[in-house]
Amino acid sequence: MRAAIVERPIDVTALLAEVASPAHGASSLFLGTVRDVNDGRAVSGIEYTAYAAMAEREMGRIIDEALARFGDATIVIEHRVGTLALGDVSVAIAAAHAHRGPALDAMRYCIEELKRRVPVWKRERYADGTREWVDPTATTVAAGGPAGTEGGTDA
Amino acid sequence: MPVVTRVLLFASYADAFGASQIDVALPSGATVAELLRHVRALAPAHELPAVPLIAVNQAYASSDTVIVAGDEVAIIPPVAGG
Repeated sequence: MRAAIVERPIDVTALLAEVASPAHGASSLFLGTVRDVNDGRAVSGIEYTAYAAMAEREMGRIIDEALARFGDATIVIEHRVGTLALGDVSVAIAAAHAHRGPALDAMRYCIEELKRRVPVWKRERYADGTREWVDPTATTVAAGGPAGTEGGTDA
Repeated sequence: MPVVTRVLLFASYADAFGASQIDVALPSGATVAELLRHVRALAPAHELPAVPLIAVNQAYASSDTVIVAGDEVAIIPPVAGG
């Protein structure tokens, strides 16, 4: 198990290798990547910042919760900070388990909880040169749009 | 004796206060709620929501959490990772 805030590109292949084991018949991988449009505005990049010490501890607590819920998995989470370009991987979660169900469920649990409570922030840079901190609690939800839709990287 | 507590600020809150940390003098035995009352007396505090998230020693705290000397306190803006 490992949870880290990193300032370098995330090596996805290395994460999968890290969770691999002969005991695991399934590995799942989630990647969050920088998207080109948020809330109707053209995004050119995102600056991520974190309360790194707490973020790592909170991600570690999330991993512990996932293990308690989904059993004997191996889970690694990395979240990148710094200035990221379109398409860059901002967060990666690899979860391996003997079987696919818990491997997928543990990965899903980790990304949902990460987005809900890990102290990481992003400031979007827009094509028009402006930039703004993303506040998911102040989302303007389009008519008919799903509640809780937020700015960010993953759909 | 007042306890000087260092309060960490991040992202939009750091921008609002123009600092990544502020020092707040609190009476001994003060709670998170009292800390927030002190922070609200500062000029940029209108940038804070009614009940901002607070972390004490790198874990989320409640309003009645008691702050002791040496605690690491942070005001946490709405998180937006992922």
